[in-house]
Amino acid sequence: MKTSFWAGFRTGLPFLLVVGPFATLFGVVGTEAGLDIYQVMGFSVLVIAGAAQFTAIQLMQDHVPTLIVLASALAVNMRMVMYSASLTPHLGAAPVWKRALVSYFMVDQSYAAAHQYYEQNPELPLDSKLAFFFGVATAVAPFWYLFTYVGAAVGTSIPPEYALDFAVPITFLAIIAPGLRTIAHVAAAMVSIIVALLLNFLPYNLWLLVAAFAAMITGAQVELWMERQK
Amino acid sequence: MSFSDANIWIIIFCMGVGTFVLRFSFLGLIGNRHMSLWLLRHLRYTAVAVMPALITPLVLWPDATGGQLDPARLAAASATLVIGLWTKNVILAILSGGVTLYTVLYFLPSAIA
Repeated sequence: MKTSFWAGFRTGLPFLLVVGPFATLFGVVGTEAGLDIYQVMGFSVLVIAGAAQFTAIQLMQDHVPTLIVLASALAVNMRMVMYSASLTPHLGAAPVWKRALVSYFMVDQSYAAAHQYYEQNPELPLDSKLAFFFGVATAVAPFWYLFTYVGAAVGTSIPPEYALDFAVPITFLAIIAPGLRTIAHVAAAMVSIIVALLLNFLPYNLWLLVAAFAAMITGAQVELWMERQK
Repeated sequence: MSFSDANIWIIIFCMGVGTFVLRFSFLGLIGNRHMSLWLLRHLRYTAVAVMPALITPLVLWPDATGGQLDPARLAAASATLVIGLWTKNVILAILSGGVTLYTVLYFLPSAIA
């Protein structure tokens, strides 16, 4: 069990190269948007989901109604349902408080690392599987909080010449690009862009949700179509 | 930011609870039942469905330039996308976007509103 924890910890460490800058950037962007340090930290500690946090900040700056901010940010996190389902065969027998703790720390990195480890070691006892997951979380989560704080602390002192308004689009593009693995992913992204442009006249950034749903349906349909071609 | 402090905390709190419910969904509530292929097929595309729509207006009509198409931001977005597609490396993609942005802004400083 101890070895599994440290195996997880070592697997988690390289993720800091992404998590550190990403967290710092969120601290900076959140502070620049006008949040105080408690609110910035509140996001990173209570939500602990970078892409959704950036989405919320962006929409809040566009003065979008609260409900649409929430719906859009949570739409970004819907992939977590998929992670949750895929971890259940491995961790479903754990006591409920441990499953709740796993849920809190379920981020892209901890999920990806744990899922791969469980697939390679399916016979591992439950305690070892949990230890590995918490090992990854221990390597990643404290730095997510810490670097959010660092970013928030320096954020207000950065002048507008640095064009930080563009940090969010660049970060999102960098996240999306490696995710365009299949034709279905590319088609979904294209539809997302086209619908956003065509419906840009809609109030309250509603075009965002419409574009997201149209793109999801497109991705699913193209995937089905590709399977039938095989 | 036009949101009151209370409103901001409501957003943080609801996002925290909502995100936790999504994470806890199968692990804590639904359990080891088979997930429908239909649902899985849609969830796979959530990230790539939301983010492109969100950033498209930010790239084409940035607030910082008063909504004017800006060569620096356009170049930076293109560099990020190309390097991200090519290397699959998030940090490298962000860095190339940042370097491109500052380089073009240096030569075309009027691009800043």
